[in-house]
Amino acid sequence: MSAPANMNAKQPKTFAFTPANLEKAKWFIAKYPKNREASAVIPLLQLAQAQHDNWLPVAAMDVVAEMLEMPPVRVYEVASFYTMFNRAPVGKFLLQVCTTTPCWLRGSDDIKHVCKSKLGISDGETSKDGMFSMMEVECLGACVNAPMVQINDDYYEDLTGDSFAQICDELAAGKTPSIGSQTGRQGSHPASAKKA
Amino acid sequence: MPKLKINDIELEVAPGTSVLQACEQLGIEVPRFCYHDKLSVPANCRMCLVEVEKTPKPQASCALPCGEGMVVKTNTPVVLRARKNVMEMLLINHPLDCPICDQGGECDLQDQAVAYGFDRGRYAEAKRAVKDKELGPLVKTVMTRCIHCTRCVRFADEIAGTPVLGGFGRSEHLEIGTYIEKAVSSELSGNLVDVCPVGALTNKPYAFEARPWELSKTETIDVLDAIGSNIRVDTRGQEVMRILPRLHEDVNEEWISDKTRYACDGLKRQRLDTPYIRGVDGKLKPANWGEAFAAIARQVKGMPGESIAAIAGDLADAEAMFALKQLMQQLKSPNIDCRQDGAQYDSSQRAGYTFNSKISGIEQADVMLLVGTNPRLEASLINARIRKRWLRGGLKVGVIGEQTDLTYPTKYLGANPLVLDEILQGRNAFAELLKNAKNPMIIVGAGALARKDGLFIQYRARKIAETYNMVRDGWNGFNVLQTVASRVAGLDMGFVPAQGGKATHDIIAAAGQGKIGLLYLLGADEIDMSKLGNTFVVYQGHHGDAGASRADVILPGSAYTEKSALYMNTEGRLQSTRRAAFPPGQAKEDWQIIRALSEVLGHALPYDTLAQLRQKMVQAHALFARLDHVEPAPWNNFARDGVLESAPLRSSIANFYQTDVISRASPTMAQCVDAFLKPVAEAAE
Repeated sequence: MSAPANMNAKQPKTFAFTPANLEKAKWFIAKYPKNREASAVIPLLQLAQAQHDNWLPVAAMDVVAEMLEMPPVRVYEVASFYTMFNRAPVGKFLLQVCTTTPCWLRGSDDIKHVCKSKLGISDGETSKDGMFSMMEVECLGACVNAPMVQINDDYYEDLTGDSFAQICDELAAGKTPSIGSQTGRQGSHPASAKKA
Repeated sequence: MPKLKINDIELEVAPGTSVLQACEQLGIEVPRFCYHDKLSVPANCRMCLVEVEKTPKPQASCALPCGEGMVVKTNTPVVLRARKNVMEMLLINHPLDCPICDQGGECDLQDQAVAYGFDRGRYAEAKRAVKDKELGPLVKTVMTRCIHCTRCVRFADEIAGTPVLGGFGRSEHLEIGTYIEKAVSSELSGNLVDVCPVGALTNKPYAFEARPWELSKTETIDVLDAIGSNIRVDTRGQEVMRILPRLHEDVNEEWISDKTRYACDGLKRQRLDTPYIRGVDGKLKPANWGEAFAAIARQVKGMPGESIAAIAGDLADAEAMFALKQLMQQLKSPNIDCRQDGAQYDSSQRAGYTFNSKISGIEQADVMLLVGTNPRLEASLINARIRKRWLRGGLKVGVIGEQTDLTYPTKYLGANPLVLDEILQGRNAFAELLKNAKNPMIIVGAGALARKDGLFIQYRARKIAETYNMVRDGWNGFNVLQTVASRVAGLDMGFVPAQGGKATHDIIAAAGQGKIGLLYLLGADEIDMSKLGNTFVVYQGHHGDAGASRADVILPGSAYTEKSALYMNTEGRLQSTRRAAFPPGQAKEDWQIIRALSEVLGHALPYDTLAQLRQKMVQAHALFARLDHVEPAPWNNFARDGVLESAPLRSSIANFYQTDVISRASPTMAQCVDAFLKPVAEAAE
């Protein structure tokens, strides 16, 4: 959620892009005209977040601000506006549970319930073992296969409480659950259609 | 020039004028929160909706440029309903806590809710609450009241040049703040309180002190720097409660510095409210006026003029200096000086010590050379003007002096005064810029001129001005940035050593050697009191500071809020203060004290009223005739050549918050030093 990040989180003092990411950052900046470098702020923040355990410390935002010659506060504004930027540490698996109307109608409450009962976390919390963080999100555009959850970069669709619990188990065990629809349907084919 | 019709009135406006501005030209009131005529236009409050023919929906008039043939209506049922609805939305999360809000009674939201809103609320659901932000000792926050107009964000960004405020989060969770807790460190932060249309940002020292309708308002000017900002002093009874800016486009626009605004609590503390005489036991004892004058008369009796001296301080008004100068002439003393910083530059030509281009002239400059000055601390609003010019694009600023953040990029040329010679001889890259400039400007700081070689720096600055075409018909880019309010008036009336007289340094040295019998300090506190030896010191002023603690006789005067007195700002603009309150206790207006003393000394000055004094002053110095007028100074030779010292050029001000007796007595200014200057000093260690 876009609620203020937990500012009590331990912030690292410094941040630096890895040489590979620095190279990539420069490539992003070069895409924009001179004096419009600030346009690269979102890709650079994404790079920084990917490099730093899926969250953005203030130090990283300051580094981005310096690279783009913009006041740090403008970078904080962007990072806090978009929900995909995490400004406090998150677990290894970030569960983004869609609770917008279609998913809610199709049972997103069950998924939230699993998060609470199985992992012991609700919105904005991280499990004690640091494996899972959960956040409620608004529509992620997969309504046809509601309810759905985005876990890190992957979509898991057509979920039920049970199938979601199983995915969590597999992830915790280091396995790779299959992504996409959990009932096996292809794309947005009707549920009654023959399986491919 | 588009022609349009607003409420059936036809008018023609300049291209680029917004519909809202056009309405203002016609005197039609359009409610607004986010629009501010000195800030950029975000159009996010939606309060200024108007109906435009051939558009399907009401339009935000602040962001709508006038077009040819446009037909605008501001009073249709659609507009009235739109305003009501916007108002209702703005009030959804606003706590209706006007009775405990400091903005109450002068709140845009309150006023406009009454004028344009519904007569009752329909919102019964939960309201959100927002955590207050810590912005330091000057600005108090109650963020739940914020309506997200972003005026504060834009002010910090655009005018102050300290972009530390922002909007974080989105929609329901949007909060204005600094993200990481930090005090807003700007010399202009108090203006955030003025731009805030609601009670989210309020004046912290003034919190819960008074209601606007209890206050008497006096329009006057500020004297804590040499800008002469136009201010309004709000008093309750005899107490100055707060100070607000007044619009003067040529001087301070509609901003004032934090010192101007917040040092007013220093007016209540450390005041001299009765005359004092130092007794035989070395302790100061309260006395009455007659005793104090008699004590001075005993000293003066039979004393030769050469062993009497007078120094006028930074806050002295023109009338008092004029009266004191005449009194010293009567006493045959040539030893007078109004430059207590010890500066000895050439004051024979007015152009040599004033801000000739005027403050508004900054907006025409394209290349600027700052010499030994930090305008951000010395004259925050002149710095804001330079920033305003820079924002428009194409301004190059070179700095000789300290390297600091002036809120706009500068070309640092070093601190060695010899750089002046390099520029003069065209050996510096910056000379090229000056040569090609259309309106070049040089700003010489008071700190540069107060040096021992100030006269030679003044000479080089004049040479640079002449070499680079800074002085011509219609443009004079030679500027001296004075830092204190009394200086220009003092120099204009020749409050400088007469033939054979001693200047400040020599007066102090002679006093130390016992050659000065009586030293008259007219509010002069910035000289080294420990070097005055056994001299009999008379201190006339309003605060118990360095001067009063050294004095043998103290004559209690008035502060700038307690008298009607003339001041010349750094431009040479004559302005007048007005009395907002009476001086405390037995204190008197300064010219009256000198007039009364002159009679006791047997040299009665020839005026009994302020009007008579001013008449005499105008007869002697025509510059004091016209208020709010800057007389262009003729350009003649001044200063002379000499060998420069290599000591680095510095600003005359290091501590912005405490520069004079009033700000030193102010608890709020002391808090600012703790909050803003100490952390920086500690970090530097």
